This record gives sequence, C-alpha cells and structure tokens, in this order.
Amino acid sequence: MAVLNDEQVMLRDMAREWADNEAPVTAFRRVREGGGDAGYDPATWTEIGQMGWAGVVVPEAHGGSGMGYLSMGLVAEQLGRNLAASPLNSVAPAASAIAMGEDEAARAEWLPRIASGEAVATLAIDEGASHDPDRIETAVADGRLTGVKRFVAEGDAADLFVVAAADGLYLVAAGEGVTRSPRHMADGRGHAEVRFDAAPATRLGGPDLTRAAADRATALAAAEMLGLATQAFERTNDYLKTRVQFGQALSTFQALQHRMARMFTELELMRSVVEAALEAIDAGRSDVDQAVSLAKAVGGETTRLVSREMVQLHGGIGMTDEHDAGLYMKRAAVLEAMCGNAAHHRERFARANGY
Amino acid sequence: MATAAPDQLPDQLDAFRGEARAWIADNFPPALKGRDNAASAIDGPSDPSDDERAWTTAMGNKGWGVPTWPAQYGGGGLSRPQARVLQEEMGRAGAWNPIGGMGVMMFGPTLLEYGTEEQKREHVPAIAKGEVRWCQGYSEPGAGSDLAALQCFAEDRGDHYLVNGQKTWTSGGQWADKCFALVRTDKSRKHEGISFLLIDMDAPGVEVRPIRLISGSSPFCETFFTDVKVPKANLVGHEGQGWTIGKRLLQHERSSLSGGGGSAGRMLAGKPVSQIAKEYRGTDGEGRLDDADLRMRIVRHEMDQRAFALTLRRAALEAKSNQGPSAATSIMKNVGARVTQDRAELAIEIMGMQGLGWEGDGFSEDELRQTRTWLWGKAVSIYGGSSEIQNNVIAKRILGMLDHQ
Repeated sequence: MAVLNDEQVMLRDMAREWADNEAPVTAFRRVREGGGDAGYDPATWTEIGQMGWAGVVVPEAHGGSGMGYLSMGLVAEQLGRNLAASPLNSVAPAASAIAMGEDEAARAEWLPRIASGEAVATLAIDEGASHDPDRIETAVADGRLTGVKRFVAEGDAADLFVVAAADGLYLVAAGEGVTRSPRHMADGRGHAEVRFDAAPATRLGGPDLTRAAADRATALAAAEMLGLATQAFERTNDYLKTRVQFGQALSTFQALQHRMARMFTELELMRSVVEAALEAIDAGRSDVDQAVSLAKAVGGETTRLVSREMVQLHGGIGMTDEHDAGLYMKRAAVLEAMCGNAAHHRERFARANGY
Repeated sequence: MATAAPDQLPDQLDAFRGEARAWIADNFPPALKGRDNAASAIDGPSDPSDDERAWTTAMGNKGWGVPTWPAQYGGGGLSRPQARVLQEEMGRAGAWNPIGGMGVMMFGPTLLEYGTEEQKREHVPAIAKGEVRWCQGYSEPGAGSDLAALQCFAEDRGDHYLVNGQKTWTSGGQWADKCFALVRTDKSRKHEGISFLLIDMDAPGVEVRPIRLISGSSPFCETFFTDVKVPKANLVGHEGQGWTIGKRLLQHERSSLSGGGGSAGRMLAGKPVSQIAKEYRGTDGEGRLDDADLRMRIVRHEMDQRAFALTLRRAALEAKSNQGPSAATSIMKNVGARVTQDRAELAIEIMGMQGLGWEGDGFSEDELRQTRTWLWGKAVSIYGGSSEIQNNVIAKRILGMLDHQ
C-alpha cells in the first residue's frame, strides 16, 4: 500500500466498509438476476454519488473534491474486491477528459452533475473488439459526429459520452443521433454498442487528450483488477484452509503452498505498478503512458493467473454458478481485455522504450 | 504524504552536510573517483593501491564505513538522517565505502545485539576499521536448506571447546581471519542444541579448501575443523541460543542480499537488455527488434525489473511510515533472483556464440564477463535460503498456510 495521507486513509476505509456492508457479491448477484441492461443498481449509484466518490477526480471548482487518481484508485480497488457494480470507473475518466478539455461551458454544465452522481458519463473510444486508439474512423463534420463504438462500458445507462474521433475527443449527450444496443457479456455488467449518426458534438481536444483519457481509464481498470485479484487470492487461501482431503486441509500441501506463494509474489509486484501508475497521473509525469502500460500488462497477467487459479483450486465447487469463483474469473477476463490487453501494453511499452 | 518525525533539525543536518562534504574533500583521493569497492562475492581481495589503503584507513578511523554503529565501538555514531546525508555527499563526490564484507553486513549488527561488552570491544572496532575479515560457518554437507541438522560438534572441555566437523559454502573462507559458526553443543536436541561460536581461522586444526564453481571462480570453501581449541570466551549468547542468534543474523543477510542492499542496486544498474539487443541484433525500419519473439520476452523482463524496482521503493517507504517491515519484503529474494537470472539468460541468448566465450581471444571483456555473470547468477536462487525455502516462508509466515498433520 502506497503511503497515504489521512484523507486517503479515511476514503479507503470508508469504501472498504461500504463495499462489505452495502455491496457484497450477493448484491451484484441480485443485479445480475434482475436482468436489466444498465448492469448496476440505480439506488446503489445514488448512494455512491451522495458519498462524493463520483467527484473524487472532479476539480473542487466544479463540485468535486479534486483528490486525484491515487484516491480514485483506492475506491476502485475496494469496490473491485466485491465485484461491486457501478459506473464509477467509466465516469471518472470521462469527467477528467471534460475537466482537461478546452470547453469551459461543458465543464460548467456537466462536471457538477457528474460529481453529484446525477449524470453518468462514459468514454467511447474503441470501435472494434480490441483496444486500438490509433485506428479510429469516427469523424466529425459541421459539429456533428458519426461513427460506431462496438463495446462501450456503461453504454446503456450513460447520459453523456466522451467520444474519440480521428481528430480528437468530443462530447455527445444521449439523445439526438445516438442509438444503443445492449451487449450482454460474461461479466453481467453494462456494455452496449453505441451508434452515433450526425449526433451534435462539442470538441474537447485533440488526440493527446484522447490518450490522456484512455490512460486514466486504463489505470482505474488496473486498480479494479488489483482489488479483484487480491480478494480472489484471499478467498482461495481461506478455502484451502477449510477443505479437507486425504485427512489433511489442502492448505498443508506444499505443491499448493508454493503456487500460493508465487501468486502472492505477483500480487505484491502488481500493487507496486498499479499504485505507481495512479501516482504518475497525479504527479503529471511525462512518462504516464509507460507507467500505465506497465500497470495494465503486469496487472493483467497477475489477474489472469489468480482468477483462473481461484477456479482450479476450488475444484468442482468453483465450476458452479452458486460459487463466486466464476464471477471473479468472468469479470477478470473482461477487465483484461478492456482498455488494451497485456500484449497491447507490452507493445506500447517497448515502443516507448525505443525498441 | 505522511512524513516521519525528523530527529534532527534541518539546520543541524545542514551543518553536518557541510562537515561531511569538507571531510570527504580532504580525505577522498580523487584518483579513486567513481570506482566501486571491488570486494564483491565473486572476486577475492585485490592488492590495494596506496590511495585505496589511505582511503580505507581514513574511513576506518572516522567510523563512517559503518555510520550508524555506536561510536564507542568504532562506528560513526550518526543518526539515520545524518547517515543519509553522508551517503548523498559521498555520491556527490564520487566516493565509495571501502569498509564492507560479512563483518559489516551480518556479524557486526548481530554481535552488537547479542555480544558481551568484552566481545563487542574486541571485535566490533576491528570490523569498523576494515582490519578483520569474517566468514560464515553455517552450511554443512548434510545441512543446507535444513540448516538445523548441522553436526559440527563443539565438545565442552572445561575452559575451552574442542571443535570437530566440516563446514561448506564458506564464503571467502580462504581470505578470512575469523569465522562465526553455528556448532552443536548438545546432540540430544535439534534447534536447542546449537550454539554460536567465534573461531580463529589460523588456529591449529583449521583447514580450508576452495571449491571451484561452474563459473570458474572459487568464492566459497570447504572448511574442516580437526580438534580445534576454542576459548569459552568466544561463545556468543549462551549455549543453545545459537539458532536464535543465527536466524537473526540471516535476517541481516537477506536484507542485504535483496532489499536496499548493494547487490539489488548493482543488479538494477547496468545496461538494459533491450540496449544489448539493439547492439547485437537487427531492427526493422521503425527501430523495432526484428526478432518478435525475443522482443516480447525482453519486454516481459524489463517490466518485471521495473515492477521489482517499484516494489523495493514501496517497501522502503512503507517500512518508514509503519515503523516496521512491509509484507512486500518477503518476496524480494525470489523476485531479485528471477530478475537477475532472466537478464543473464536473455543477454547470452542475444549474443549467441559471442555470449558464451570462456577466455582468451575473440571475445571482448564485457562478453567474457557476461558468461561468468550468467553462470554465477545461478547461485542467487540457491544461497541465503533457496527460492523453495523462501516460498515455504511466504506460505507459512505471511499466508498462514497450515502444517501437515
């Protein structure tokens, strides 16, 4: 755990407590079984807005607390532990894009509503099944944006889209020229294909802003993965202590102990790179891209290892829908693919380092 | 950010900085600038130059080779903030610490904790001055990972012990003046039968044979004790306390082998593997390595290395703010070994036949060193508690996994 100030410690503890009391995995199961397209419970999101978490990265001048990404990551991690369903990780980078963008009127109009939780905003960057911010065909003519974004997180619930076009980032409100089709995915969360057909758009900035917004979304996905993987590991460790075979708790077998020690090792490395990426964003470092790619690549590999091992080490019970292991693995796989998988970020890291 | 309460006011530290800077300017021979202390585990002692001798003497007399040890035993008596300032000023001047070895890293701190007043007065100042070399008598042919199975026996003969047995993997045994050893004083109890004894390497009955390693060097020895008389005054702690003291010493060893210690710094320094690859292999029009498979394995390694460096930094910050060790410390030995070995494997793969030269013509010095570094690096996951033992420790101590019933 990074060295935190008192405010951050309070925020983390509060998020942990809330997630355990109000958003345990059973709450996510209720959302999933409810069958709505939003992928989260609106009442839960209202609570999150009241606690101020939607405004953690929104500047104080616009109704947020301006605490930054390390703080936002602490919340994402605690919620990720319990697979708590909320649009928080989509809202924050979209809000940052608006805050960093060039349109003062958009800031004044939208940021206070986002910070309070009243408006849900999301990023719509990728047009295909894999993250590729260099290949964007969406175009803007005469202030109207046209293009198709096939997998937009929280795309069904969003009131506001921060959309990547070939020449930069634009703001599009749900309504005229926007149609969405839900995509029901393995993680049971809200995803949608969103079509923009000459939708009125406000320019926020150029391709640099697109990259900055994508990096923030990526860092938060990594923070959610950190919470998810940590909890998946701890639950597996607990299970091994209770499951008895051959007259022994599984926890006593050295073959399993060494697998667990290896996972613990990878998780410690993951925590370091994820926190470093969030800190790099807050510090405005010039190598944020490298720090973020490091976090998503290392974090992605570790999340894959731990979530798949969670199913394997639980044995048959881990294959049942009744057990949570499958929920962890399915959300893990979506997060691994979201914002660029490990291979994408290894490629980007190599280029950034000149080879 | 939380900050630890400073135990020195800033202007006092500034005064010390001035003092340190002036003293280094007066005493550090400029000819030695930037050269590191050569006494690594791989090489034996080299013949010191007059400059090196003078610098060692100056640092030894000042006590700044062991800056935080108490001044009454020859240490610098500095606070931690002062020691950090000293290190910064040494770095600024291109100076390095000539006082090192096992006495400094492991034995000295342990003796300061467990030794009698007489023992501390006898041994610690000599370590602080760099006058006495110590070696470690722990492992035996039948006691490696299971160290407590050691058999080397110290028989009580009234005013002295009579020591018989064999030690192995004695680092630097052929150059050492003295040995801190774990010996058995009671054959009926395993851990409680072990004692911590100090043995003169030139005492009659001590015989040392260097072991030639796969890397061609001989940094370790077999050490044989045949009817060696050791005065009872050389027992540290009481009889049967050796396991406790010995384990404490290993904590000093592990922290210097991985976190924060010189070896981690050395390992993370040096040319990135991607740089070596660009020198030896082709690139495409965009400057990418054209061996795509190799390129991806280099990225994985360099990311691993970066993650390790960030974890060292995080553990140090956490230790400072929690006033206690971070759980991350337990992984350092294994990850450090992995990063070291992956790096060497990638380097020899990149260099092909040119990276496997043993000696003589046709290879640069760097290339020959690469071969030896690769071979020597295989020791890193074996010494100081093998990777398997480290995994046992993580499973039991950190994860609370259960013992076999």
